[in-house]
Amino acid sequence: MDFNDEQLLRYSRHIILPEVGGKGQEKIINAKVVIIGAGGLGCPVGYYLTAAGVGTIALVDNDTVEMSNLQRQIAHSVNTLGMPKVESAQRTFKALNPEVNIIPMKIRLSKDNILDVIRDYDIVVDGSDNFPTRYLVNDACVMTGKPLVSGAILRFEGQITAIIPGDGPCYRCLFEEPPPPGLVPSCQEAGVLGVLPGVIGGLQATEVLKLILGKGEVLKGELLIYNALKTTFRKVKIPRNPSCPVCGENPSITELIDYNEGYCSTA
Amino acid sequence: MEEIVPDKSINIKGLVCPYTFVKAKLAIESLEIGQILEILLDSEEASRNIPKSMEDHGQKMLKAEKVNETDWILQIKKVKD
Repeated sequence: MDFNDEQLLRYSRHIILPEVGGKGQEKIINAKVVIIGAGGLGCPVGYYLTAAGVGTIALVDNDTVEMSNLQRQIAHSVNTLGMPKVESAQRTFKALNPEVNIIPMKIRLSKDNILDVIRDYDIVVDGSDNFPTRYLVNDACVMTGKPLVSGAILRFEGQITAIIPGDGPCYRCLFEEPPPPGLVPSCQEAGVLGVLPGVIGGLQATEVLKLILGKGEVLKGELLIYNALKTTFRKVKIPRNPSCPVCGENPSITELIDYNEGYCSTA
Repeated sequence: MEEIVPDKSINIKGLVCPYTFVKAKLAIESLEIGQILEILLDSEEASRNIPKSMEDHGQKMLKAEKVNETDWILQIKKVKD
């Protein structure tokens, strides 16, 4: 493609990289990514993918900006309190890179709308804060064959993995069912170090760019766990489960499920 | 010695690093393997950096020559995608 002068300047540090170049930057510009959640993880993921020039970025979140978000959700500000998070983030991302098409979707994701939400996108990023959404996104990505870059954070620890349907395990290979409500505390109950989503979201954005470029080794079949207090990264192998209820040989889950009752969804 | 006829020529006079290399790299990308790029430039720094970076990226430098008071001409053969 022919880059205009502004693009040449903006993306020069990418174009110079042998693994990216003009061709790689063109792939980034043509890519479409949907980010589930415009909170702690969605903010840095969207921010960096916007900076990288990902052509189309959809943001899915039903919440509005609150003061308690601002300790970690870096796309929002005191100027956007009360505004839908997806619009607040859109405003921030547009200021960074006006040529990126940001699509705000202020909806609560459910089994009835998720397939429409992800249909037009190449890669799905899960930055949600609750198990019902995590399992819904996993199942929808497995059923539609979309790569999923999943991240989660709590207190001082975060984890990330990439799920490539048909090529490695899915989230249900690791944990077949969501934990019962109340067993795993939410960020709201347990707290989270404000910078932690920056680390995990940065890793998620990196995996997204690698998937777009087709370069490097994508973090599939492994869970990368970051402990901020110990400053350690460790990788745990996740074997594919042949009897996984959604991606196994004889799946028992063939329709999407809303696990609604009793889960906290406001952290 | 036989004169090398480039397949593509670009003039990047007036540009400075790193845009000199960005332009050079995009021009190399647009060529087929075996083809030759010629670059006219007037940045002394780029006249040293572009050959080094091109070789780091696996391309073959054929010529890096100061042609007058202000200008250099580089010739690079694309040997790697």
